[in-house]
Amino acid sequence: MIVAEKKPMEEIIEEVKRFENILVLGCNECVTVCEAGGKKEVGVLASALRMFFLKQGRKMRIDERTLERQCDPEYLEEIRDVADGYDAVVSLACGVGVQFTAEHYPNLPVYPGVDTCFMGVTEARGMWTERCQGCGRCILASTGGICPVARCAKRLFNGPCGGSSDGKCEIGKDTVCAWQLIIDRLRALGRMEEYERIAPIKDWSTDRAGGPRKIVREDLAP
Amino acid sequence: MSTKTPSRLEKILAAGHRAVTSECGPPRGSDPAVIEKKAALIRDHVDAVNVTDNQTSMTRMCSLAACIRLKQMGLEPILQMVTRDRNRIALQSDILGAAAFDICNVLCLSGDHQSFGDCAQGQNVHDLDSMQLLQTVRRMRDDGKFLGGDDIARPPQMFVGAAANPFADPFEIRVLRLAKKVSAGAEFIQTQCIYNLDKFEQWMTQARDRGLTERVSVLAGLTPMKSAGMARYMKNRVPGMDVPDEVVSRLADTPKEKQPEVGIDICVEAIERLKDVEGVAGFHIMAIEWEEKVAEIVERAGLYPRPEV
Amino acid sequence: MRLSYPADIRIVRVPCTGKVDLIHILRAFEKGADGVSVVGCMEGDCHYNSGNFRAKKRVAQARQILDTVGIGADRVQMYNLSSSEGPRFARFAEEMAEKIRALGPNPVRAAANQMENQTGGGR
Repeated sequence: MIVAEKKPMEEIIEEVKRFENILVLGCNECVTVCEAGGKKEVGVLASALRMFFLKQGRKMRIDERTLERQCDPEYLEEIRDVADGYDAVVSLACGVGVQFTAEHYPNLPVYPGVDTCFMGVTEARGMWTERCQGCGRCILASTGGICPVARCAKRLFNGPCGGSSDGKCEIGKDTVCAWQLIIDRLRALGRMEEYERIAPIKDWSTDRAGGPRKIVREDLAP
Repeated sequence: MSTKTPSRLEKILAAGHRAVTSECGPPRGSDPAVIEKKAALIRDHVDAVNVTDNQTSMTRMCSLAACIRLKQMGLEPILQMVTRDRNRIALQSDILGAAAFDICNVLCLSGDHQSFGDCAQGQNVHDLDSMQLLQTVRRMRDDGKFLGGDDIARPPQMFVGAAANPFADPFEIRVLRLAKKVSAGAEFIQTQCIYNLDKFEQWMTQARDRGLTERVSVLAGLTPMKSAGMARYMKNRVPGMDVPDEVVSRLADTPKEKQPEVGIDICVEAIERLKDVEGVAGFHIMAIEWEEKVAEIVERAGLYPRPEV
Repeated sequence: MRLSYPADIRIVRVPCTGKVDLIHILRAFEKGADGVSVVGCMEGDCHYNSGNFRAKKRVAQARQILDTVGIGADRVQMYNLSSSEGPRFARFAEEMAEKIRALGPNPVRAAANQMENQTGGGR
């Protein structure tokens, strides 16, 4: 899933204080699972904003709505009939949803209510960790299923570097050394000989480096 | 052994001499006198001098410019290049730039993570890793080709090296990793500072067993300790550093004013012992901000005068 | 055991303090409450193992938000006691009521009332 974190409320207040009618718009997908931008968080933020502005002596309309997704046009259409009634939207979706909402409502200012962080997993309750950077050319087959691009601080294809210590990364004891994981896994799979192969220089053109990416599926296009 | 480059380091090793290298860290400013002063302290006692590339991710004068200064003084620089700060265009370009000044040694590294330095908020590049940089330099030199496939007019004549840390984890792949670096094109290796001599010898044995010492010249890395405090810091704070307790206690049991002397003793004793280890082709003495002691270490270890080649 | 506790407290019964969500606390303030106490079992004695610890974290979150919106963290407080401690409950209730009286009315309600008056009270 796409993992996000709630923005500090002060930051959101600063962005929306000049408006009168605000829609706090959640998303039922990833940000709900990581408890940053689902219906619950929409409720909390909207309630807090209402109290904040009320205390300032400002009567604002702050409504709550949560869409199935903000990254699909059909769900964004669900607010078409009410959109005109708002001066601004605070979207608690990931950066994708924030932008797509803005694209669909060109005259409506849309502000992000979360910081979009990474593609990752729920490793434990309340802990999410990164797994993928979407580089566009998956190499997991050769690294025992553990991605050095996403999980090595230097994204080394031929790691580990000299800073690996007790299975931890040189950047800090809280960070696991991805290459230690890769080696442990290759050993467990009886595939240590794969470690000896030098990984070739990466073609980054399918990564962010190649510019904004696009997939067109002729078989699916109308 | 015939040589492939004009590198003095390569010639020394090819002639079967034990090589001695040291390093100079460029200053955090633009005054060339700083690097020249350091170089003058060691110039007669070493065959080549590494010039570090923004080590520990602290922004400094660039390695290439400092190498040019050393070259102009008649020293033999080893250009350290980390893959942290430059993509493949910049790396290849800087290799050509170095070659334009006839700098003919390069050490390929990934570099410390930027979070250790003064620009912790910066991006890191790591377009290539250290092994891929080794391959790149070898391709540029041996095939006369850029990574993109075009021919290079006057290919760089670089003797190509890499670092190895015999002590980092996991230990079981440390020799495999050395083997990969050799396959990628490393011709010389400079190791991380060695304090745990037993473990280093174990690593060397494994390297010999795989025939790696026939294919690459291993220079044993040594850093004299100035104090017990430094020993403790290296032991506890520097990732991938193995400082045995007896080294720390030997310094700690010495009166403070005598500790630097004992630190030098430990370094010289290590060289004496490692000279007899088969496959150790020389020594890389990294006297960090203590360059004035390099001459003493080299002389006491019986590595002076340096051979003419 | 007939114990008295302040009459201006409204008790909302929940099966476990683990059921109390952040939004419940905020809604109480939004609707005009002057203070909220969450009264749970003793730590370590939760019938559902960790319900009261969850509540503790939510109270902490609520305190932070209440500070941000200008209501003040002190208006919400978590108490722990066991079900047999009626006198202790009464004491906590009294203590909270005193604290809230000292803090005065919920400033959001006060601001809302003022606005109502200014606009002629028309709704």
